[in-house]
Amino acid sequence: MSARHLAEAVRSGARSARSVLDEHLDAISAREPEIHAFNVVLTEEATAAADEIDRRVAAGEDPGPLAGVPVAVKDNMCTRGIPTTCSSRILEGWIPPYDATVVERLAAAGAVMVGKTNLDEFAMGSSTENSAFGVTRNPLDTTKVPGGSSGGSAAAVAAGFVPLSLGSDTGGSIRQPAALCGVVGVKPTYGAVSRYGLVAFASSLDQIGPFARTVSDAALLLEVISGHDPLDSTSIPEAPADLTSVLDRGVEGMRIGIIEELSGDVLEGIAGDVRARLGEAAAALEAAGATVETTSVPSTVYGLSAYYVIAPAEASSNLARYDGVRFGLRVDAATSGEMHSATRTAGFGDEVKRRIMLGTYALSAGYYDAYYGKSQKVRTLIVDDFARAYGRYDLLLSPTSPTTAFSLGEKTADPMTMYLTDVCTIPSNLAGHPSMSVPFGVGDDGMPVGVQVLAPAMGEPAMFRAAAVLEAAAPPGAAA
Amino acid sequence: MSGSAPEIVPGWETVIGLEVHAELATVTKMFSGAPNRFGGEPNTNIDPVSLGLPGTLPVLNGRAVELAIRVGLALNCTVQRSVFARKNYFYPDMPKDFQISQFDLPINGEGWLELADGRRIGIERAHLEEDTGKSTHVGGGGRIHEAGHSLVDYNRAGVPLIEIVGRPDLRGTEDARAYVSELRSILVAIGASDGKMEEGSMRVDCNVSVRPVGQVELGTRCEVKNINSLRSLGRAIEYESRRQVDLLTAGERIEQQTRHWNEDEGRTHKLRSKEEAFDYRYFPEPDLMPVEPSEEWIAEIRAALPLLPRERRHRLAEAAGVETSATSLTVDRGLDDLAMATIHLGADAGRVLVHLENNLADGVGLLTAESFAALIALETGGDLTATQAKTVLASLVAEGGDPAAIASAKGFEAMDSGELEAIVDRIIAEHPDDWAALIAGDDKERKKKSGFFVGEAMKATRGQADGRAVNELLARRSAG
Amino acid sequence: MTERITRQDVAHVADLARLSLTDDELDAFTVQLADILDHAADLDALDLADVSPTAHPLPLVNVFRDDVIGPTSDRDEVLAAAPSVEDSQFKVPPVLGEGL
Ligand SMILES: [Mg+2]
Ligand SMILES: [Zn+2]
Repeated sequence: MSARHLAEAVRSGARSARSVLDEHLDAISAREPEIHAFNVVLTEEATAAADEIDRRVAAGEDPGPLAGVPVAVKDNMCTRGIPTTCSSRILEGWIPPYDATVVERLAAAGAVMVGKTNLDEFAMGSSTENSAFGVTRNPLDTTKVPGGSSGGSAAAVAAGFVPLSLGSDTGGSIRQPAALCGVVGVKPTYGAVSRYGLVAFASSLDQIGPFARTVSDAALLLEVISGHDPLDSTSIPEAPADLTSVLDRGVEGMRIGIIEELSGDVLEGIAGDVRARLGEAAAALEAAGATVETTSVPSTVYGLSAYYVIAPAEASSNLARYDGVRFGLRVDAATSGEMHSATRTAGFGDEVKRRIMLGTYALSAGYYDAYYGKSQKVRTLIVDDFARAYGRYDLLLSPTSPTTAFSLGEKTADPMTMYLTDVCTIPSNLAGHPSMSVPFGVGDDGMPVGVQVLAPAMGEPAMFRAAAVLEAAAPPGAAA
Repeated sequence: MSGSAPEIVPGWETVIGLEVHAELATVTKMFSGAPNRFGGEPNTNIDPVSLGLPGTLPVLNGRAVELAIRVGLALNCTVQRSVFARKNYFYPDMPKDFQISQFDLPINGEGWLELADGRRIGIERAHLEEDTGKSTHVGGGGRIHEAGHSLVDYNRAGVPLIEIVGRPDLRGTEDARAYVSELRSILVAIGASDGKMEEGSMRVDCNVSVRPVGQVELGTRCEVKNINSLRSLGRAIEYESRRQVDLLTAGERIEQQTRHWNEDEGRTHKLRSKEEAFDYRYFPEPDLMPVEPSEEWIAEIRAALPLLPRERRHRLAEAAGVETSATSLTVDRGLDDLAMATIHLGADAGRVLVHLENNLADGVGLLTAESFAALIALETGGDLTATQAKTVLASLVAEGGDPAAIASAKGFEAMDSGELEAIVDRIIAEHPDDWAALIAGDDKERKKKSGFFVGEAMKATRGQADGRAVNELLARRSAG
Repeated sequence: MTERITRQDVAHVADLARLSLTDDELDAFTVQLADILDHAADLDALDLADVSPTAHPLPLVNVFRDDVIGPTSDRDEVLAAAPSVEDSQFKVPPVLGEGL
């Protein structure tokens, strides 16, 4: 059942929030040991919250658009009184004294938070194999990764543990796992959703967004969490656009460009089955009345290189505060400086260390211009190229991930191979634009393929309209 | 700048540039609503943002920006578009292990400060940044380099600072002190800071170099930190000048260093060399947007500025027909408005300044411009001697009233010049040795003896004699 | 084209980042960082002389808050999360050198 229908049933009193929750907790009990989508399942807290929703409905109140809907939250968003670990030893057991803005908004909309989901440590990774608390498996094939870094949130939705979840996307961390798990995942326009309470990875790229099984549910959740937040200086002041009311408007007359560079003609490594589904998706949009053609957005090919300088640079600074002084892990030593090193060395995993090192190097004396400075200029080229493309097209299209879900352990030995899985998703983060992944059939291995719809800043309404068209036209997906 | 400043070591010129940090007089911190308050129980003026907890974000205090612009305008700086940057280094009293500061784009660019003697000292920039917390060393005798441990209080962390970076235009301790005093007066006058050095709301770092008098090229400088008062500023400069001259005269080179002033030992010691200087890895702070003050806003702030000490000195100097430097004491004490009003009522400007500087140290009480002007009219008209005027002035301060009435109530009458001549001649006759010494003595001796005879004349007339008239008489008689 | 990152560079960077690496880790990181940076060398082909940098995707300026006191933290709650506390302050091993 969709989140929309569940909320309607709870609001009308047709179903109790408690029964909705219990049903989902049963699903979690059945498969969570195998999947490991969660760092923590909040059975007690969720039960109390569901009962409170039921009490309010009984009292004639409206708990909100997500009344009684179970949701899962990526474990890098702060939850007051509930541990927030970022799947890192360094934050193990840390209990934030405040709620992230999105968490407050979920509660205000009547949602019931059932757990905090697993992720690549500090959201650094593309397979959820970098968690300090164990890997998450793809519910569609447990020998495969769910993608990452929001693999737990994607898997939780794909496994039917929750109809909705929140992830964060710095270079594809919502869209890529959505594609690999066969669900819808949205990275909103930078600034559309408050980052207050999201533990920072790369501040100029990070954005929180929804996972859902349907485009309509994703729109519903995005509407709940977006909107201006005075606690985030990078929050867009304008009121967000209405999404749910435009979903059925179709794409008649829209001009849509397939990004040549990200779709296999220029870039190597886009699998044949993925290219085939993308072609079918384009045909479906055309059949619905859009003009679709291949177009060039040349500098997107440089996105990956720029990203793997900018994101680590910002991360190296954002992650400095894990120093053993105020919260989290401490490994004692003779001096404060040695204590910092001992703590960070013991507390961070390899991938986090690698990116801190990379970012520190890119910003260090003598190398700033060659790496960080240059990457910022490439960012300008990407922004400019997108601006030109959006002068001609309403939306752009590409695969979300170059391949379907890969096997656990397949890419862990070589960081660069893993990084390449984000090649199609990174450009939107660099430009601050919205994009989303919509499931569109399966690959040769029977695993889901995602198609990425890209839009200019604030272009979510058109993006969701196209996503709805793709959803309706999609061939059968994989079954969990 | 001329080399006329007193030499600390003969033959050597000390060149000084100061960096002053002043806490801005806001109600809350730079990036969050925690109180900006001195003192208080440790760790009470804190919130998640000022503690740098994971997930928190800075939001800029608009009042801090306004105060920074005031400082810029008062220091004749270019107020410009600015961007915040992160200054990265690990330190326990810095919650995020980076300081949000401004780097290549400070809010205030080039400007100047005018000393009381009219010389202009260059200002390179005045930028916004946040303060750190405070660590106290415990055990090991309180010394930073000995064993023990440190305790950190974050009450001060995040308090807004303006860092005013001066050009190396200062020569000698007097210059340095005059600069800091003037800067302090300006900051206090415009309400930007309380300027309390003793509470650490104004802190001075001092760049010192030496060169042989006449040499144009600057010597290698050392930066001295931890200067907590005007007195230590002078001591540190003297110590550092001597240390550097000693090295140079011994044939050694000066190493560019950061040094620490130890108040108890009265010396500086090395903290780190240029090679050991921190690599701060500055980069634009992605959590904050640029500040672009509009022309209108700047004009509004400018219009609301009070007259600055410099302007007040010039205004008074012009009205009084004296050198600007002769007005600084009156302006420093805030008595220039009274001086201006009194002069406008026709009072003799010289007498106004003399009384304000010498006879009103404890404030003006009930003295008004009208009563002050009337008093000076009596004095300059010969109806009251300077001493009598001083007595009447004290009574005007204490009780107010009409100076003429007070003078007659006290029995002050003008003494005729014949009467005074007779008394002075009698005193000369009674003290032949002193008189001989006066005639034969050098300038110093003449002054001393004149003072003696004036004193005797005062005694003889119970203070009714006019000191100036006595001096004139003595001069006439001795010229003989 | 910038020079390839050396083992010494990696050791210096680890120091800056407050990480202590074993010899094996130093070797591994040297190779991996060099690979990643080699990939970034594709940017060397671009003529970026007249391109201005983009630090941030948003065009916002002058985002201010009012100078009004907000909620402060509960000190005991905050200190309870700290690894070591004394006299209501955060306790740390001795600090060498000086900050700002
Ligand atoms: Mg400085
Ligand atoms: Zn500073």
